[in-house]
Amino acid sequence: MELFELGIEGIKALLDKKEVTPHEVLDAFFARINAVEGKVSAYVTQTREKAYEMAASAEKAGNSGIKTLSGIPFAIKDNLCTKGIKTTCSSKMLENFIAPYESTVTERLSGAGGVFLGKTNLDEFAMGSSTENSAFFTTKNPWDLQRIPGGSSGGSAAAVAAGECAAALGSDTGGSIRQPAALCGVVGLKPTYGRVSRYGLVAFASSLDQIGPITKTVRDAAMVLNAIAGRDPMDSTSAPLPVPDFTKAAGMDVKGLRVGIPREYFIEGMDPEVEKAVKGAVAQLEAMGAIPVEVSLPHTGYAVAAYYILATSEASSNLARYDGVKYGFRAAGKDLLDTYMQTRAQGFGPEVKRRIMLGTYALSAGYYEAYYGRAQQVRTLIKRDFEEAFRVADIIATPTSPTAAFKIGEKSADPLQMYLSDIFTISINLAGLPGISIPCGFTGTGLPIGLQLIGRHFDEEMLIRAAYAYEQSTEWHKRRPALPSDNGADKGEGPKAL
Amino acid sequence: MSVRYETVIGLEVHAQLLTESKIFCGCSTKFGLPPNSQTCPVCTGMPGSLPVLNEKALLFTIKTGLAMNCGIAPFSRFARKNYFYPDLPKGYQISQYELPVCERGHVEINTGEGFLTRRIGITRIHLEEDAGKNIHEGAGPYSFVDLNRAGTPLMEIVSEPDLRSPKEASAYMRKLRAILRYIGVCDGNMEQGSLRCDANISIRPEGSTKLGTKVELKNMNSFKFVEKALEYEIKRQTSAVKNGEAIIQETRLWDTSTGKTHAMRSKEEAHDYRYFPEPDLVPFMPAREWVEEIKAGIPELPDARRVRFIAAHGLSEYDAEMLTSERALADWFEESVKLGAQPKAASNWIMGELMRLLNEDGISIEESPLAPAGLVELLKLMDSGTISGKIAKTVFDGMYRSKKSADQIIKEQGLVQISGADELGAVIDQIIAANPGETGRFRAGEEKLFGFFVGQAMKATRGKGNPAMINELLRKKLAGN
Amino acid sequence: MIESKDVMKIADLSRLTLTGEEVRLYSSQLNGILQYVEKLKELETGGTEPTSHVLDLRNVTREDRATASLPVEDVLRNAPDPKDGFYRVPRILE
Repeated sequence: MELFELGIEGIKALLDKKEVTPHEVLDAFFARINAVEGKVSAYVTQTREKAYEMAASAEKAGNSGIKTLSGIPFAIKDNLCTKGIKTTCSSKMLENFIAPYESTVTERLSGAGGVFLGKTNLDEFAMGSSTENSAFFTTKNPWDLQRIPGGSSGGSAAAVAAGECAAALGSDTGGSIRQPAALCGVVGLKPTYGRVSRYGLVAFASSLDQIGPITKTVRDAAMVLNAIAGRDPMDSTSAPLPVPDFTKAAGMDVKGLRVGIPREYFIEGMDPEVEKAVKGAVAQLEAMGAIPVEVSLPHTGYAVAAYYILATSEASSNLARYDGVKYGFRAAGKDLLDTYMQTRAQGFGPEVKRRIMLGTYALSAGYYEAYYGRAQQVRTLIKRDFEEAFRVADIIATPTSPTAAFKIGEKSADPLQMYLSDIFTISINLAGLPGISIPCGFTGTGLPIGLQLIGRHFDEEMLIRAAYAYEQSTEWHKRRPALPSDNGADKGEGPKAL
Repeated sequence: MSVRYETVIGLEVHAQLLTESKIFCGCSTKFGLPPNSQTCPVCTGMPGSLPVLNEKALLFTIKTGLAMNCGIAPFSRFARKNYFYPDLPKGYQISQYELPVCERGHVEINTGEGFLTRRIGITRIHLEEDAGKNIHEGAGPYSFVDLNRAGTPLMEIVSEPDLRSPKEASAYMRKLRAILRYIGVCDGNMEQGSLRCDANISIRPEGSTKLGTKVELKNMNSFKFVEKALEYEIKRQTSAVKNGEAIIQETRLWDTSTGKTHAMRSKEEAHDYRYFPEPDLVPFMPAREWVEEIKAGIPELPDARRVRFIAAHGLSEYDAEMLTSERALADWFEESVKLGAQPKAASNWIMGELMRLLNEDGISIEESPLAPAGLVELLKLMDSGTISGKIAKTVFDGMYRSKKSADQIIKEQGLVQISGADELGAVIDQIIAANPGETGRFRAGEEKLFGFFVGQAMKATRGKGNPAMINELLRKKLAGN
Repeated sequence: MIESKDVMKIADLSRLTLTGEEVRLYSSQLNGILQYVEKLKELETGGTEPTSHVLDLRNVTREDRATASLPVEDVLRNAPDPKDGFYRVPRILE
């Protein structure tokens, strides 16, 4: 097995036994990147020099105590501020923005010894479900280069699937970790809202955003969560709760675990392959002693609508700071007002503009009650749906995405179509619950299908427990995309290596 | 029959809070540092930054609310006020909308008619962040933005439209300022901008209860300008209404150079601030014990102190009002009384000599080189006759300038009062002998020449002569005894 | 529903300048989305409390202590037009 095919645990084992050095680990991953990045286009910026520096420090600092991820190479989604490194959010607006401070999660990750390979591509400002909204280039799904990797953390998910990193960080506002993880056949975990600090995450929708790991295995995700979770005094919304050792939950059995199956997620006309794979996974869990229970989440059908009011409203406000005054892109204008207008018109892509306008409209005088106010009430109803369901279930199982990866360009003409592909992941953000996506099968054409497990607030341990048990009873996570490798050079519209 | 109009005024006062750090980040609030040297990712609105509330800012706001008889909201939260401006780094101001910290309070103001007071309602007090500063250099095509001030905690105090005249408006502002300074939450410096005032003013026919169209006034940075701007606006509106013109609801700026208000030049479209609850900050529910603790920490406020000064120290309304206008001043006075000074005497010396010297030096009473104990010593020396009242002024000055005690100065400069009958008698004999003309005329009946002799005696004793003694001896000797 | 003039007003509020073509395109797309979002009106939300914060956190504050600010060079490094320690912008008309 190649080094780049290993996840965190596999590499850690080799490092601990001193069979490889952190430097050699990096060599292997950069070689892999050289080989396939030209096809995948996961990275906006590679930070090779810095990576080797970090590896050298890791080697010196050793791997005991808090250095649980010493020498492990990570890819970081490019909407996380990394000090001294370009943080672009895949937008022209921040194309040359060099973050003057470090986000809490990357600080904790490097504090645990993690090494950064580079910043990955995303839908511009995390707005999208396919990474086609990146202002720079579209990342390809390593399983089928004609298809999207999902979004908005498409770059991170593709990098993990293609072996271009051991693990990655993504962010999730309406499914942006889970959906690309599902479409790329890897693990993606969105923690409970408040579990992980948002300080340094370029805000899209403040009450919905969360940062989480995208990894090859469930245990890897638990290890990353251990390192990044916990209260941060710089984030008022981070929960003052103790952080358990999430890896301990991996290996616990699922006997007697009640698995809720929400009827609204298994509707007439759903993709038969997705249905089969997910139902198969549930059967598998049942075979291991879990108890499927039918539940109902009656307001599911309103989630996308509520989300697209709330998220766009918050986004319209969060993106008001991009005005060309203090940082980022500035267009020439004949006066101040014109400067604002031109800067934002040229700096933002169409999806971002669409959402800003939608949000502005929903908040504007006369419409607040009908849209924003109402969406907040629906949010309460959705939250209550889950509370009800969790009285009879310990965990809820659903498909992550209604379909496997679609072709590049297939849905980009109709924004609404794109929004509807978030239907299974969105409610979880509205309710603030934790969710994980793990591979549970493939389509006839070899495209990954994801199983989503949803837990109660702050019950990531339950997710890890069930996800790990299922994962270990299958071979899905061992499959790799058959990526033909180039010999070296990046071609065409590739990322810039530092 | 001509209609008489009455004025309806409401004030929105912004007070910068005296915290060490900004409201949502740890940057210093110190004034006057080089541009953009006191900022961080949070107060410059960098991507990914988040606000965290300064506990002191909240405490100060609750304290202010309690001092102004407000109810403290059991549940309160922040909201975003969205608009674009270069000094507003995030493109929104974190402020409060529906659920402010304090509501429904009042202060009493002196209406200027005797010592009657009127109650002015306070609608709400809320907490928000200040914006940065825009600087325009001359007529150049640029403006320059300094974000040092961005994020300074600001308290907004909104009054009910209860004020009925420009004088009441400035009395209200003075009262607010006094209270804010008393409780130590704001230094109330209008010139420096730590206390700012916007006014809403309308007029209506006397007796009407419906409010007229209100005009917002800005850019008044002193009590005097607040009064002048309001006075001008009343004239303008009254004249307009009398001419049958409608009052336009608009924002007008006070222009010191012209003495008028004029409508803002820029297109003032009605702002749609699109308020919504701030998702990056969690609501607060101040614990009852904490609010009680804050309340207990409020010192005696100006009004209560003034009333007590009149009752306990027998001061006049005027003196009490003056002494309680600043907490430090009232403290200084009370300290001197505690140490044994007679209240009226202490009051005179403080309001007279001490204030004169402090004003000359441009310093506040907290910086006074003379402490209350010094005044007490001086007054004792006067009472015992050791020095005369006239000399006392010299001694006081000396004590202030040199920080020496009264005793030291009197000894060093030989200022002890001369009261000895023999010594004074000899001096007076000499004066009478030296001025035969005046002596003759006085003895012939020109009573008013007495003052001349007193003056000569004072001159001869270099002011140290005991006036009573001099009087007595002069009377005797001039009468021929 | 939403007309061109509404889109232009929203674009103005959002400080976005749109071409005529864009106004048409966004009008139609926004209308499509808003039509979808109308379904929220089907629900009886009655006295349901709105959720502004999904967590039950309250009273998160920090101590009033001044800490180091970012050095000016770091602050202005990304500024499009820094001048003498300031951010320079086209003249603001009062």
